[in-house]
Parts: sequence; structure tokens; C-alpha cells
Amino acid sequence: MREQDIDIVIVGGGGAGLRAAIAAAESARKEHRQQRIMLLSKVYPMRSHTVSAEGGAAAVTSEEDSLQAHFDDTVAGGDWLAEQGVVDYFIRHAHRELVQMERWGCPWSRKPDGSVQVRRFGGMKTARTWFAADKTGFHMLHTLFQTSLKYPEIERLDEYFVLDIAVVAGAVAGVIALEIATGELILLRAKSVILATGGAGRLFRFNTNAGIVTGDGMAMAFRHGVALRDMEFVQYHPTGLPGSGVLITEACRGEGGILVNKDGYRYLQDYGLGPETLLGHPQNKYMELGPRDKLSQAFWQEQQSGRTGKFGDSDVVYLDLRHLGKEYLHERLPFICELANVFINVDPVKEPIPIRPAVHYTMGGIETDAHCETRIKGLYAAGECASVGLHGANRLGSNSLSELLVFGRLAGEEASQRAATVTFADSTALKEQAQAQKIRIAKLYDAEGEENWVELKRELVLTMETGCGIYREVAGMQTTLDMIRDLQTRYRNIRLQDKSRAYNTELMQCLELGYGLDIAEATCLGALERKESRGAHKRLEEDLQQRDDVNYLKHSQVFFNAEGPAQLRWQDVDTHLSAPAERAYGDAGKGIKQ
Amino acid sequence: MTTKRLSIQRYLPEQGNNTPYWQDFDIPFDDSTSVLDALNYVKEELDGSLSYRWSCRMAICGSCGVMVNNTPKLGCQSFLRDYEGPVKIAPLAHFPVEKDLIIDMGLFLDHLAAVQPYLINDSRLINDSEEGTETFKQTPAQMEKYKQFAGCINCGLCYSACPQFGLNPEFLGPAALTLAHRYNLDSRDQGKKQRMPQMNREEGVWSCTFVGFCSEVCPKNVDPAAAVNQGKVESAKDMLIGIFKG
Repeated sequence: MREQDIDIVIVGGGGAGLRAAIAAAESARKEHRQQRIMLLSKVYPMRSHTVSAEGGAAAVTSEEDSLQAHFDDTVAGGDWLAEQGVVDYFIRHAHRELVQMERWGCPWSRKPDGSVQVRRFGGMKTARTWFAADKTGFHMLHTLFQTSLKYPEIERLDEYFVLDIAVVAGAVAGVIALEIATGELILLRAKSVILATGGAGRLFRFNTNAGIVTGDGMAMAFRHGVALRDMEFVQYHPTGLPGSGVLITEACRGEGGILVNKDGYRYLQDYGLGPETLLGHPQNKYMELGPRDKLSQAFWQEQQSGRTGKFGDSDVVYLDLRHLGKEYLHERLPFICELANVFINVDPVKEPIPIRPAVHYTMGGIETDAHCETRIKGLYAAGECASVGLHGANRLGSNSLSELLVFGRLAGEEASQRAATVTFADSTALKEQAQAQKIRIAKLYDAEGEENWVELKRELVLTMETGCGIYREVAGMQTTLDMIRDLQTRYRNIRLQDKSRAYNTELMQCLELGYGLDIAEATCLGALERKESRGAHKRLEEDLQQRDDVNYLKHSQVFFNAEGPAQLRWQDVDTHLSAPAERAYGDAGKGIKQ
Repeated sequence: MTTKRLSIQRYLPEQGNNTPYWQDFDIPFDDSTSVLDALNYVKEELDGSLSYRWSCRMAICGSCGVMVNNTPKLGCQSFLRDYEGPVKIAPLAHFPVEKDLIIDMGLFLDHLAAVQPYLINDSRLINDSEEGTETFKQTPAQMEKYKQFAGCINCGLCYSACPQFGLNPEFLGPAALTLAHRYNLDSRDQGKKQRMPQMNREEGVWSCTFVGFCSEVCPKNVDPAAAVNQGKVESAKDMLIGIFKG
């Protein structure tokens, strides 16, 4: 097995991973440290799912805005389950990071005077979302990737699938990865490891996510004893295209798009988001500019009441942009026009876009402290895979692109600093762990079981959708949890059709499914045990439809258990800056401090 | 459901089969079935050994480029409904093939890196202590100059369309030259001088014979042919200035 000594290993080449790599390189330069930085990704960095983000990145920008307002919006948006010290750090550093992106060349949309333009987004008190038309994630990712090429000290292993982290005496010691092109394993001994592996939206059948968003990194940390925190909070984005789930950005509504049911009625006014705002005059925190959890829940209610339309087999409502006019749409939302056209043959200039909610974002993730470090020393996590505690029970749109910059940078700096102070772990213990991975892969190749990954994956994504959807109840979740555990058993009896070594994409998908089953268990267990409704976690049982701060103003922490079912514990939430209060939007939110 | 015959070029050198061959599959399809959906159907239902790249399935990650009936396309935004008769799927032309539909992207990435595709200027990194962080000013008109060329998703279709890249893989090629031009045109950049030597090389802009097929196949309307030809003007100027300066 090939071996290399690397000071800082970064797993994942999306926004958080690239930002971390650049930060580590800059830290090392500043302190005159010679450090090797290696970025591994199962795809080329510019294929990472950050590329699909559309709407924008939030930071307090205009004179009328305030840090306090961004803080309050984020904390209330997360239904008081965010770590408030972390939110405070975030809102103070977001603007600086967006400016840094600008200095690296990101083509932010501009005002006529050449300053940066901001747009409205859901759940935000005022317009503070920077954007690059409706391809913000694409431009951010390419800017970061291209900028990373400036740093010869950032090395890359593209299309390397990380199998596991190595841990020695409670500290991270390296990673073991599989070179996809050859099937060979490589052991990287490391002083710091940053996981930036993205979310787990692919656990659900209908989602906006790329095929690679399978939560591998979460499962690796989980199996080594790090808690997966707040996993029950799964964000349904209210506007995905029927059939494919392709994302139609919230910026459509920020720019003034409206949502109507099959009768042409703006139904959001019936769900605590009204009164109806004037067409062409979107108002922050009203109607279509409510938060994502509320909007997706409103869709579900309309669907139950038979007021949704049909597009193919899908129940849909309609996103109407026509009043914005062709010129404006083509300037602000060109990608949306293209996507609607290509995928469902609808021209948003002329027709409303049929849409429905789709799983979009994993609020929970790998538990870290406020400095992005996990309970394993030297193991950091940043971006969607992490639960640093920013989003609580519901993420506000445009906070995650800023998050991956703010916390990607922090993780990179911390990792560099740590690498300067520790030595590599003894390689005997490391080699044992690498050997275990080698055996695991060999076993997968040799297994002559009856199960195949396609069938198991289909059952998993279907049961997750059924049991852990927009609304949840105990029987459905219990059935799903039982099913996940059954699938875990069946997974041990899996068989590969493809026995080749080079580019064995079936092997990748098998491995991803194995990781996914662990994360699914954590998600469902958290959902089952959280006997209240908060943010994106909405219970149907009559006595559980309200938030219950007495018993559940707590993070869920799920721990892996090699001997049996995963274990759940509760952890206090940092609310030292803003005591839990009523969360309300529309006129109901008037006068409430949020 | 009606079916469509897909002929997929297979290449499995690891199995000792050093010659590509065609394998046929019948795919049930409707109006929404993309070439990528069809490949996923083959993998999940018919033959798990088929290898290809894909990820976002919304035409922005650039992974799923293949030849569809001899034309470079993104699999995710090409639809079976648009093809009469059987559909032939092969790996992107002009790249070394690794396995089935997977090509070696290594050289493409080297070419991208060679043009220094990042802002070069004397602006400092923003530090913790720094007060009053400000952006550059850039008017919409200034941005308009390069914006189209900043839309490249690195899918490589233009390299498959380019006969010159087919003849000489050392040619930097449409995407890399477009990226260089994008930064040269950016009002915040001062790095043109550093990039021009790459552009001026034999394998730089001057290898382009202006066939223009690159722009035709570009799934994002980036128009690399325009960028390369504007690059030729810049290169000519740069070389003339070089001559005068001696």
C-alpha cells in the first residue's frame, strides 16, 4: 500500500474543502511553516455539489441592516436550536468572507455604480444576500478552485474515495483512501484532517441533490464515536421541479415570484405568513419570503386538502414569475429559465412553473465545537457535513454558502495550527487500520451474497421519504427505523456484479449505501425521539404539534454502536444571547423581537 | 412504455479486452428520459459493470459529457425523445479513454492550470484585524465584458469538438484559452502580461483554425470560439509590442 505523510488532509473538494485548503496554505505562509496540504475528493473539485447552489450568500451589507438583525433572523429561523455563540461568530465574519471572494474574482452581480448588489431571501428581515445571477454556487466553487491553483502547496488527489479516517489514542492520525482509477488503496498519515464531505440528501427519494451527496464523511466520523447531531432536521426546499427534483431557487421568490395553488390562490396567507403582499412588491418575512420549513409544510397541507395541481404523476403548486418580465428574468434568473425549459418544457416568461418540495439540505451533521473540531482531536468538519450549530432546526436560505466560507476558513486555520504542534502518529497502529480497510474491500469483492445495492438503495430512499417526510408520526417512523435496521442486516449479504478494480463505480455506490444506512438510522432515531414539533421536524400527533422547550430545547446526539442499535443522548443548547421566544412571520411576526 | 435502442461503446482493458466494442440495450423511455437517465437504467437494471461519470444531473457540474450520435453532449440535458432510431453513446472524442465512457481528464486540467486562471493583482488577503473591508468597484458594463466567458463548466465538450485538439493534445484548447481571456478582460486583474506567453505559444491561440464547432457544442453558450479569436487579436498586439520593444 502506498503511504505518504501529509500535515493537513482535507476530504472533499467543494466550497468548504477548497476554502479550508486556501486558509491552511495562507496560515502556513504567514507563520513560515512548511506544511503539506492534500485535498482528496471522490470527484474533480469543480463537480462538487456546491456548484448547484443558485440563490446567494448572506451577510450584513447595507447601512440599514445590522448584525443583530442577521443574528435574530438566524436564531428564530432555526427555532432557537442554533448555538448562539456560533451564530454570533458567523454573522460577524460572513461579510469579510464574501469580500474576500470578490477579491479572488467572484463575479457578484453589481449595482450600476459598481458596488455589490443584494437580493431578498426567505426568513431574512432585509435584503442581504449576495448573488452571481442565479449561479452563485457555481461561481463561488469555480472561483475557489481556480484560486486554489495559485498555491503550489495545495496538492490534490482527484477521484480518490476516502474509506475511513484513522484514529490513534483519541486523535486523528490519517485517512485511508481508494484510488478510483485503479482500485488501489493509499494511506495518508496526517496531523490534522478536515471533513468537508457535504450533506446526505440522497438518503431520500425525491431530492435536489447531486448523486454524490451521500453523507460518506458523516458516517466515517460516526463510526469512530463522534456524535451525529440534530440529524432529524432535514430541509425540504419548497420549490423543486416535479419528476427530477431539480432545484428552482428561492431567489425566484426573493425577486418577487409568487406561489399559487391549482385555483390560482396564494395559499401561503392561510398559514401564518400573510396578509397577501402586492404582486411585484415582495416583503421580507411575508408570504413567499417565509422560511423554507413553513413553506414546505404549507404545501403538504394544501396537498392533503386536494388543492394541488398535477404535473405528470406529481402533485404540484405553481411558481409564477411572469409579472417580472422577460428582460428581468433573463438578467436575474437565467439558469432557472434554462432549467424549466430543458427539464419540463416550461418557459417561465410565459407560464407558471409547476413545483413541489424536495429534500435539499441536512441541517444536522458531525458534531463540532465552535472551532470546527470534533471530539476526536485534530479531526475537523466544515460545511454541510458538519453540525457546528449554525442552523438549528431550520436553515435560512443563503446562510449555507456563507457558512462554508466562514467555517471552511476557520477549520483550515485551526488545522494548520494544530499540525504545527503535533507529530505524526506511530505508523504501526495506522497500518493495522489501513489493513482492516483492505480486508473490508476484499470481502466486498469476494462476497457471494444474494442482495444487490440497487434494491436496497431503492427501499431505503422510499422508506425515508415515507417515514421522515415533511410531517412525521410515530408509527411511520418506527416502521422506517425497523426497515433501516433490516436493510443494514441485508447489506451484509450484498454482492457486487462488477469485480473489476479500475473505475468500479458499482463498488463506490455500494460503499455509499453502507454509509447512508448508518446516517439514515441516526436521522430516523432522532426524529422518533424528538417528541415535539420544531423547525423542519413536524409531528402529526395531536399532543406533539407544538414546540416543547421544557423537554426538547436540546440537541439530539446519536452515537454509533458496533454491538447494536445506535444510542441517542440530549445536549443543552447555547441560548445565552437570545432567550427562546415565539417564532412568527407575516403580520403575526410584527413587533416580535426577531 | 416504448423502448429505445441504445448502443453503448464499451471498453474494458482490465479484462484483457483491448478493443472497444458496442453493446446494445433497450431502454423504456418517456418524454423526460435523458441520456443520463438511460445510462443509470442500464447500470441499475441491465449491467452493473457499465462505468461513466455523472453527478448534478442539472447541467452545471460538467461531469456527464459523452458523444451522442457522434456529437459531444451533456448526458443529463440530452433527451431520448429527440433522437430518431437507435442512439449511439461513446466516450468524448479526442481524450484518452480509461474505461467505457470514462475519459482521462488529466491533460484538460493541466491546460486549465497553465493559463493562471485566477485574479492577479496586488490586493492583500483580508486579515482578522482589518477594518472596513471593501470590494473592488466593477460596473455591470465592466462585468459584461467577461461574464459570458466565466460561464464555463469544464465539461470538455469543446475539446471533443475541436479538430486541432484532436491532432495535437498539447494545444491548450478552447476552455483554457477562454478562461485566460476571461481573466484578461476582468477590470480587477493585472495579470495579462503573465498570461500572454502561454497564449502566444504555438499551442496557444495560434493553433486554432477557427472551425467554430466548439461554440456550437458548448452547453452553456460560453462561445469559446469568440474568446479564442479575441485572444488572437490580443496575442498579435502583444507580439507586435514585443517586437517594437526589441
